Amino acid sequence: MKKSKLSLLLVLSLVLSMFLAACSGGDKNEGKDTGKNEGKDKPVTEESKLADKQELNVFESAEIPTMDSVLGTDVMSFTTLNAVNEGMYRLDQDQKVVPAGAEAMPEYNADKTELTVKLRKDAKWSNGDPVTAHDYVYAWQRAIDPKTASEYGPYFMEGKVKNADAIIAKKDKATAEDIKSLGIVAEDDYTLKITLERPIPYIESFITFQLFYPQNQKYVEAQGKDYAKDAAHILYNGPFKMTKWDGPTATEWVLEKNESYHSAKDVTLTKINFNVSKDPQASANAFTAGEVDITPKLGQAAIISQFEGSKELIQYQEPSLFWIKMNEKNKALKNINIRKAIALSIDKQALVDDVLANGSIAADFLVPKGFAFLDGKDFREGTKPYLAMNKEEAKKLWEKGLSELGVKELALNYVGGDTETSKVSDSFIKNQLETNLPGLKLTIQPVPFKIRIDREQKMDYDLLFTGWGPDYADPMTFMDLMLTGGDHNKMDYSSAEYDKLVRAAQTDLAAKDEERWKALQDAEKILIEDDAAIAPVYQRTVNLLINEKVQGFAHHAFGPDYSYQWIKILK
Amino acid sequence: MAKYLLQRFLYMILTLFIVASITFFLMKLIPGSPFNTFQKLSVAQQNILLEKYGLKDPLPVQYFNYMKNLVKGDLGVSFQFNNTPVTELLGNRIGPSAILGLQAMVLGAIAGIFLGTISALKQNTWIDYGSTFIAVIGKSIPSFIFAGLLQYYIAVKLGWLPVMLWKGPEYTILPTIALAMFPISIAARFMRTEMIDVLGSDYITLAKAKGASFWQISFKHAIRNALIPVVTVMGPLAISLMTGSLVIEKIFGIPGLGEQFVKSIGTNDYPVIMGTNLLFATLFVVIILVVDILYGIIDPRIRISGGKAK
Repeated sequence: MKKSKLSLLLVLSLVLSMFLAACSGGDKNEGKDTGKNEGKDKPVTEESKLADKQELNVFESAEIPTMDSVLGTDVMSFTTLNAVNEGMYRLDQDQKVVPAGAEAMPEYNADKTELTVKLRKDAKWSNGDPVTAHDYVYAWQRAIDPKTASEYGPYFMEGKVKNADAIIAKKDKATAEDIKSLGIVAEDDYTLKITLERPIPYIESFITFQLFYPQNQKYVEAQGKDYAKDAAHILYNGPFKMTKWDGPTATEWVLEKNESYHSAKDVTLTKINFNVSKDPQASANAFTAGEVDITPKLGQAAIISQFEGSKELIQYQEPSLFWIKMNEKNKALKNINIRKAIALSIDKQALVDDVLANGSIAADFLVPKGFAFLDGKDFREGTKPYLAMNKEEAKKLWEKGLSELGVKELALNYVGGDTETSKVSDSFIKNQLETNLPGLKLTIQPVPFKIRIDREQKMDYDLLFTGWGPDYADPMTFMDLMLTGGDHNKMDYSSAEYDKLVRAAQTDLAAKDEERWKALQDAEKILIEDDAAIAPVYQRTVNLLINEKVQGFAHHAFGPDYSYQWIKILK
Repeated sequence: MAKYLLQRFLYMILTLFIVASITFFLMKLIPGSPFNTFQKLSVAQQNILLEKYGLKDPLPVQYFNYMKNLVKGDLGVSFQFNNTPVTELLGNRIGPSAILGLQAMVLGAIAGIFLGTISALKQNTWIDYGSTFIAVIGKSIPSFIFAGLLQYYIAVKLGWLPVMLWKGPEYTILPTIALAMFPISIAARFMRTEMIDVLGSDYITLAKAKGASFWQISFKHAIRNALIPVVTVMGPLAISLMTGSLVIEKIFGIPGLGEQFVKSIGTNDYPVIMGTNLLFATLFVVIILVVDILYGIIDPRIRISGGKAK
């Protein structure tokens, strides 16, 4: 009953939004100036152009599950923490890592396994305490302490920060001494020394992550269980402070400018009101009615088309990549010709243009576009498309594969998502595969996200549609996923050559940028073109609506989605 | 009466215990974990979390622990809202859902009973056809269509009311109307059928013969008797309205329970699934009791204390 009601609902909401799209088409296209707006604007310098009231209204699509930087695992927490708190470094409007709580970029020892970070002396917590090196040490130790049960603490530090592995291995039995052995010490009140297990080329962007923010030990311990339970139980050291937030279930919260922030003079906004809106069409309606300045991400083509050509529709590619995993435990998928045939036979361009129709781009690669740069050069520059669609070739390989297997037909299951977008795109993929590969019978199994993860980890699938967003600005966040026996491989793929290249990039080549880059590009080619281990499908594009008067909105590729501190509101 | 209530109360406890037990084991059949990050974490890292939250214990042990805490009134903490107690979560979220549901129910009952009554009294006139039309529309078009249309035309185009959110009485108007369409049509349909039935019965003929006026017959005799089936359906309907409508809450950005309940199942948030289910079950058994008591008030022929009818 519930299910049929829901699917009816989805169909009708589509119809409804098309109807609404038709209604609003007329009055929305007044500004004829098209061209993709990427949300980057010229800086506003003249005070006279600013509106008197520097207050912003923002809709977000979810609540903030936690404001404890050590426990955060989701983008809402990261985005809000990034606004009200601050670590050693932060990402600026151009994704460059810049000093924030630190005075300057870190100094390294000869083999780049030790970083010395000088902290600025004018940074203060909202209770007046100075932000010191001890606050960082405390937060890092708290994050790795198994008693804290932080999810991202071990995930981020294992294999990277000195002694993290040993602490994780001890589980509950880790003593205070063990925790203190973690590779971060305060040399004095304003000097941090961080020791790594191995040199990490992307360490600077890595430690901008919210997990690595400082926490005031005296305050956190005094609050005990109440720490970060609402706006009144948090200390702030960032550009804004939270003045209203009733806790993780709250659907509205307010940020106000933090006057004691060290760079408060660079912050123009005085207040930001946030509300949660989970319905994209309703958010778009509220935007049209002028009740909100920035909407949540709007993925649905039916909604985006209502604002086609509007200056207020902001589009940019985010580094989230989606691909089809092929489980080599299945005898048929162990056959490389079968895998290649599957990868070659999907018309990805038609999928992004006609089915998704939200600006997403077809992907013949694993490391996203516009994400990782070396000396200003995109990782994607100079690489060829791998396994671009080729239906004839696919058919040839398919028949070859079938005869190698000694069968005429093949039945495979395909585990996909249960959202509207994934249902539509999965049906498209099924149609493509079954049409182009005669004898293939695909059974789509749409399941909720958590169940998909479960089936992936238990390797209970033939084909599985999955995606990945980066945790730091380096190709490695994608490239180490398929290592033999790795925790994320889960498809029985194994290539000695690929392993060798990725391992080299993690270790020997860590200090040789150019060679490391080349090794990772070669590894990607082996993974996709030579071995067809995965079939990349598309890279997602973000669509959101921003009031024309709002300038200086910055979006990020990992960690927080956005930064609000450079926003100015024009007259 | 006291004995009857005590007996009902004991049955209610038993019902809730059975509901809790069945929900617990069914819920554990859902594959997956309550942690969002398991796609990223290694198996060793996953195990630290599963052990910390007692999710590695054998199922009977988990069941026993849950029931032990439940008796103490401890519903556990939510996974998706980082360690927020479930009681707090439900307490925060039931308010808007209950207000909205109650308003929709009251509006639905009044408007529905009114429409049903006049169409029965003016059977086969344009008034009858008109109100039947409204009832059919209300029943057959899902509430989110009304919600979308109301939001677009009343709020966006005309600007008479806020588009969405939950910040004051004026914010409740559009969602209440959208949600009330269904109870209006249900009440109207039942009321019309019952009224026609009652108006044709012998005691109405008798009342007419005794010279009672049209209004006297309608209000004193007919409506009161026709209400019984309406009350029967409206009770459970009130629960489903008050426990939150996923779609209406989503469209109007209302911080209610409806969306929360569905999401808790999709994300394996075990304590929230249990807590919400128990809350719904409790409301249900209470409303059923209230409906049973209401019968006695509306229809003197029904006596709940049993036996002692005068």
